[in-house]
Amino acid sequence: MLEKALTGSRRYWGWIFFLLAVIGVGFIFYLRQFAYGLGITGMSRDVSWGLYIGQFTFLVGVAASAVMLVIPYYLHDFKKFGKILILGEFLAVAAVVMCMLFIMADMGQPMRVMNLVLHPTPNSVMFWDAIVLNGYLLLNIIIGWTTLGADRKELPPPAWVKPLIYLSIPWAISIHTVTAFLYAGLPGRPFWLSAIMAARFLASAFAAGPALLIILALIVRKLTKFDPGKEPIQALGKIVTYAMIASTFFLILEVFTAFYSQIPGHMASFEYLYAGLDGFGKLVPLMWLSTILAVVAIILLVNPNTRKNESILAFACITVFISLWIDKGFGLIVGGFVPNPFERVTEYWPTMPETIITIGVWAIGLLVLTVLYKVAISVREAQIDSGSNTH
Amino acid sequence: MSISRRDFLKLAGISSLGIGFSATDLLWKNRAEAIEYMSSPKGLTAKRWAMVVDLRKFKTEEDYNRVIDICHRIHNVPDFGNLKDEVKWIWTDTFEHVFPFQKNEYLPEGVQEKKAVLFCNHCDNPPCVRVCPTKATFKRKDGIVAQDYHRCIGCRFCMAACPFGSRSFNWRDPRPFIKRLNPKFPTRTKGVVEKCNFCVERLAEGLKPACVEVSNGALTFGDLSDPNSEVRKILSTNYSIRKAELGTRPSVFYIIGGDEDA
Ligand code: SF4
Ligand code: SF4
Repeated sequence: MLEKALTGSRRYWGWIFFLLAVIGVGFIFYLRQFAYGLGITGMSRDVSWGLYIGQFTFLVGVAASAVMLVIPYYLHDFKKFGKILILGEFLAVAAVVMCMLFIMADMGQPMRVMNLVLHPTPNSVMFWDAIVLNGYLLLNIIIGWTTLGADRKELPPPAWVKPLIYLSIPWAISIHTVTAFLYAGLPGRPFWLSAIMAARFLASAFAAGPALLIILALIVRKLTKFDPGKEPIQALGKIVTYAMIASTFFLILEVFTAFYSQIPGHMASFEYLYAGLDGFGKLVPLMWLSTILAVVAIILLVNPNTRKNESILAFACITVFISLWIDKGFGLIVGGFVPNPFERVTEYWPTMPETIITIGVWAIGLLVLTVLYKVAISVREAQIDSGSNTH
Repeated sequence: MSISRRDFLKLAGISSLGIGFSATDLLWKNRAEAIEYMSSPKGLTAKRWAMVVDLRKFKTEEDYNRVIDICHRIHNVPDFGNLKDEVKWIWTDTFEHVFPFQKNEYLPEGVQEKKAVLFCNHCDNPPCVRVCPTKATFKRKDGIVAQDYHRCIGCRFCMAACPFGSRSFNWRDPRPFIKRLNPKFPTRTKGVVEKCNFCVERLAEGLKPACVEVSNGALTFGDLSDPNSEVRKILSTNYSIRKAELGTRPSVFYIIGGDEDA
């Protein structure tokens, strides 16, 4: 099937080469980082994780959100998701690939990555995160590829993938739960030390992931002969709506606990992010942008009239995606480090090389996504062609 | 279909490699601990090394600088001259920042602004060790939390986990920024974490930590598990505090005020 990615229109190849060019630039900057060290980024002793780990965290959520298609289709027999299921699974593959690349980009000694395997340490949450992420990648490649292969021959998927599909459901939940545990179990970071962290992660993931999927489905419809269909997109729109409300609700719960208890350590990071602390407030405009976008998105999504209009839905999905990207891909990580354990503020802002490397990794993800989608859509287009011949 | 199956098996094979490795390793690997200093017969030993910082005995700026300088000099700690790249093993901050949980504006005059020396607490229940995915940071039998610079992958999970800001990362090559190289102690490479090691290399030779030696009695070092040790004697006769609120059981104690005992 992979050969289908090797034939395509000029537009397809133009896009591929554009991505390759972006990846190339990113890679050049990565080589600079490799030679100089992570000092090329905006991180410091006080804010020791930044954009890379933020992207990682955000993308684990995107990856996990494939389950929002799998559950309705396989557990509730919601047949309308049948044709776009593959888009969700392949999105998960691309997202996990990016997660792993961001971890590599963030590593001080990437050449020693095998130490994770040579000295396995089950008391470290990172050990479990590596296992669940690798497993999830594998599951989605196997499931996506076999179901698509069978589908191409108009056959039901082989029986042995069914258990894997069921396994992928709790597995998807696990990747984001374990990722939340990276943060939620650390003693000196009150901003992260919250039992609701994993739940909040999942809620924001199930909003941002399907929102991205809707945008992708609309692009696919525009550019190819394959139409994912109105109904699945509307169904996804409802999922985004519920999840976005849950995600915002969880954030409000955090704010309540911090500010009604008036415990300084629990309030400080929120103060830094939304109002500024000790005169430092680099993230304040971003966080309020995230808040405003969230409010706009919820208004547009909750109202059935606006949600049912596909252009408005697309706009709402873009606002959801950006809002949650800021909240989780940036604010959540930086906020956890500010103020530092001595109640002093060190600010963080990504540098130019750091940003270009980040864009480069996103380009790799988009390349993986494009190739996988090309294969899937070619299969769908072939089905449409043969369908129109016989009828 | 045969082609696609082969493709798929290839993909599946590649991605399963990672998991296969870690699973078998978990089961079969002999768990070699990271390197430790071999103690010679004259080496100092203890069940749990601890430090008492007597702030009453830090009087002048010079008292602070002496302990900081000696540590950073013998351990090849670089001086980058900027905050962003900063690496430090021992440093100072004012009381209200060192003990944010003890903030109290009605303390005797000068206490809030009084500087305290800070270094790794060598916690008895260290979160940094708990989170490290490679055992590059580990607790020794004598209670010292040590760091293997050759194993560390630079993930900085330990920095997020340490509630006391004790750890530094080498954001760039530190070697050009070492003022005077001590050939007897290893230099570090970029991309690894480091921190105070309670002078394990000196203990192995029968010497107390360097900072203790130059502190004129302001720092006391000894075995916390031995009721007759110097640290235990001081702790039993003076009121001390430590950063205990997070359950890490720090091995560094601070004496703030009260009469100096003889
Ligand atoms: S003070 Fe920090 S680095 Fe030192 S042992 Fe405790 S947690 Fe680890
Ligand atoms: S940075 Fe090094 S010592 Fe710290 S957790 Fe990672 S591997 Fe362990």
